[in-house]
Amino acid sequence: MAIFRLAVRRLLSSAPLLFLVSALTFVLVSLVPGDPARTIVGQHVTVEQYEAVRVQLGLDDPLPVQYWDWLVGVLHGDLGASLFSGEAVTKTLNDRLPVSLSLIVAGTVVSGILGVALGLLSARRGGLLTRAVDLLSLLGLAVPAFWFALVLIAVGAVKLRWFPVTGYVPFADDPAEWARSLVLPVISLSLSAVAVIAKQTRDCVLDTFGRDFIRVMQANGFSRRSILYRHVLRNAAVPVVTVLGVVLVSLLAAAVFVETVFAMPGLGSLTQQATVQHDIPVIQGAVLYITVLVVLVNLLVDMAYNRLDPRVRAA
Amino acid sequence: MNLLTATKRPRTAEPGKAPRRPPLIRRVLRRPAGAVSLCWLALLTAATLAALLITRYGPLDQDLGHVLAGPTSDHLLGTDNLGRDLLSRVLFGGRSTLLAVGEALVVFLLIGVTAGLASGFLGGWVDWLTVRTADLLFALPGIVIVLVVLSVFPGNLHAAMITFGALGSPGIIRILRSQTLGIREELYVAAAKVAGLTRAQILRRHILPRLISTVIVQAALFAAIVVTVQAGLGFLGLGAQPPNPSWGGLVADASQAIDRAPWMLVPTGVPLVLTVTALALLGDAVRDAAVEGWSVSKLAAAGAAPPAAAASPTEQADAPDAFALEVSDAVAAPPADVPDDTALLSVRNLSIAIGGIPVVQGVSFDISAGETVGMVGESGCGKSVTSLGILGLVPGGGQITGGQVLFDGTDLVGSADALAGVRGTGIAYVSQEPMVALDPAFAVGRQLAEAVRRHRRCDRRTARARVTELLSMVNIPDPEGVARRYPHQLSGGMAQRVAIALALAGEPKLLIADEPTTALDVTVQAEILALLHTLQAETGMAVLLVTHDWGVVADLCHRSVVMYAGQVVEQADVEQMFTRPLHPYTAGLLAANPHLAAEGEPLPTIAGTVPAPRDWPLGCRFAARCDLADESCTTRPVPLTEPAPDRLTRCVHSPRLLLEGTRP
Repeated sequence: MAIFRLAVRRLLSSAPLLFLVSALTFVLVSLVPGDPARTIVGQHVTVEQYEAVRVQLGLDDPLPVQYWDWLVGVLHGDLGASLFSGEAVTKTLNDRLPVSLSLIVAGTVVSGILGVALGLLSARRGGLLTRAVDLLSLLGLAVPAFWFALVLIAVGAVKLRWFPVTGYVPFADDPAEWARSLVLPVISLSLSAVAVIAKQTRDCVLDTFGRDFIRVMQANGFSRRSILYRHVLRNAAVPVVTVLGVVLVSLLAAAVFVETVFAMPGLGSLTQQATVQHDIPVIQGAVLYITVLVVLVNLLVDMAYNRLDPRVRAA
Repeated sequence: MNLLTATKRPRTAEPGKAPRRPPLIRRVLRRPAGAVSLCWLALLTAATLAALLITRYGPLDQDLGHVLAGPTSDHLLGTDNLGRDLLSRVLFGGRSTLLAVGEALVVFLLIGVTAGLASGFLGGWVDWLTVRTADLLFALPGIVIVLVVLSVFPGNLHAAMITFGALGSPGIIRILRSQTLGIREELYVAAAKVAGLTRAQILRRHILPRLISTVIVQAALFAAIVVTVQAGLGFLGLGAQPPNPSWGGLVADASQAIDRAPWMLVPTGVPLVLTVTALALLGDAVRDAAVEGWSVSKLAAAGAAPPAAAASPTEQADAPDAFALEVSDAVAAPPADVPDDTALLSVRNLSIAIGGIPVVQGVSFDISAGETVGMVGESGCGKSVTSLGILGLVPGGGQITGGQVLFDGTDLVGSADALAGVRGTGIAYVSQEPMVALDPAFAVGRQLAEAVRRHRRCDRRTARARVTELLSMVNIPDPEGVARRYPHQLSGGMAQRVAIALALAGEPKLLIADEPTTALDVTVQAEILALLHTLQAETGMAVLLVTHDWGVVADLCHRSVVMYAGQVVEQADVEQMFTRPLHPYTAGLLAANPHLAAEGEPLPTIAGTVPAPRDWPLGCRFAARCDLADESCTTRPVPLTEPAPDRLTRCVHSPRLLLEGTRP
């Protein structure tokens, strides 16, 4: 029950973010030189026809009214229609959401597991592994996901032919091919995430090892395995989860590039296409979806805190 | 314990002599990473600006006879699908990258520095508003907003970069705000205010100079991100429009030819990677250079090599003999080198080094079954290190460099197996700070149950019953209720009781209590000591009590070991030691005991401080603070002698002390 109340409270407190993003997008869009009505009707129509389309689109209303109309539409699940395909934006986005979610969830799981394992190992063994994690975290920052993705394609798909070059196979069509089509995208998405998580895990584990209660446990004969896997890991988990939240949000951004490189029909590649094509309703919708995802990620992180840290629970 | 930063710290020059710090730029250039990064960035800038001096091809010159060529003497980096020279395109593309970095950085710094300073320095509603806005923006994936901007202003990379600079500023705002807050609270800034300096003067003279390095670090790291993002936008076809070159666009070109000419990925991607790396390393180098000479720990200042980061934190029990040779010189072996096998614990010649510096040397003492021994001395004399060393848990990455620790006839030194068998069941440990001695993430009942089940194989229910029993033993009122609580829900005294219960879980024969009452209120201290006394009577265990407090020694202990500067200086029955101390240090400590002080007179103290391990003299280590010191004290190491039966002391004047007492 407490966790439910927390969820509701957190969702309510994220309302400003949603408002800010949508309003910002809306104002930006109103600055567009030339207007959507012109885009739709083209150059060879009468002034009356043009004005009719403007009224139909609500473009003659003042900006706050337009925003209000849009907001009411959003609450009814209506995000308008794409200026290009004419398809309802909600439908386009819903079709593409599973692709992005597959990619991002897989990326999070992979980078979470690999990052924590690598960080733990380097904290325990030190030496070469420590330097490897340092190097990896530098590479994670320096190697852009889109270039890394291309290198992976050149090696893993073009040369070795282990994986498809591009494309995405829906899970329902063929689970094995779905997995195969995700391998390279997930690797390219995860590089920087693994690096960040590994470094954070290592630092937190070392930090926890230096704390008094660990020495007390060692002195009183607690087993090494329990100290490391139960007590150290649990205490190191709180800051690691914080980083995981940040990493997840950055994965949403990186997905724009990775989906484009691998020609995956997800939200990210949609945003890219809509940007190139100037398709404002689609952009607005995609930004809204992505912001909602950010809000949900932050909610998950907060719930994880609540689970992990008894001091947060009490507060 | 931050081993990683510790290893990066430079060894300082002569302590005491504070050399003038060279300017920041020189300190950055002295670091290999800083120098190499700056070189690359300078070279790159020069090369892009002077591109036509380096290559004779223009970025748009086509050579359809040589398309998709690898590196040749003619085209050093090869050509693209239209035969355009890649070196030329990379260099010309670099210009737009540099411009983009410049634009984003200016906005980032303008907003970030202004808002961060204002927020931290002015406080109030400015602070409130800034923090809220920064938090909101921080949660956004900036690149998505940049895409919106680009859909509104197609191809306008300037607008995109300015937006990105603004969206990146919350990071630096937060950091500068908290640093400004910190500096504002410092004494000298408060003093400047009192002295009548205006806000602007305080800001310019006291706050800005301290923030410069932070700003540079943040700017370098942000520039690294901007380079990636600018390239990313170019790659997505949203940057420079073809045929004009940009780094991202070049990678996109390479992706079109990935099956025919994978080589193209190299010249188009590597400059990008190298530039981002250089900026990131530059940021690190500036950060390290900024703290150079500051915040060096005492140990490092004393010239100690930092502990090896590689040392695995739980495996400090293994004691390689690498240090054994260094230690043995200058230390005369005390008498009675042979361990006493009738004693429960027999410590012989125990030597411990931390970071290669000996901190405990040749310590020997015995504890019999059921006996309580007090270990006394000022802070920094090696009491805690010794007591943890017995358990093979030397703090700070230190190691046992020699000696024996016999428990029930088994030597614990260097034997992981013997230690594992003894910890908890043979010897248990209670630490100084009860509030941090328990795992904050678990209810105390679970921790106790884990200890119980570790020591005796039993099911959960039996363990739970035993936990209740243990908590009752340490006089906790509602044991079941307390078992469900978390450490942060306990008072200090309660937490110490739980910690004692944890130590009792394995029914130890010896309890090492390292200043178990120091962190507690006076009334609670008495309760905990009374508890220890009762428990000892009930269980018959022996206790090694590390303490500052002679009152505790008098009340609880049978015998007392006095330590000074890593050595045992006196050892005797408590009564004899109180009536006639045979070492001037013991005498000084006893005289300084507030319980015995005469009313109305100032409390006598021992002038001076305990020397740091590096400064230990050859002769008597207490000589510098001793009224009796003469030439015979300082010429050679003073051995532990036995001037009277069962009385050990490390003082050349002990025969005189035995006859005359310490007071003149």
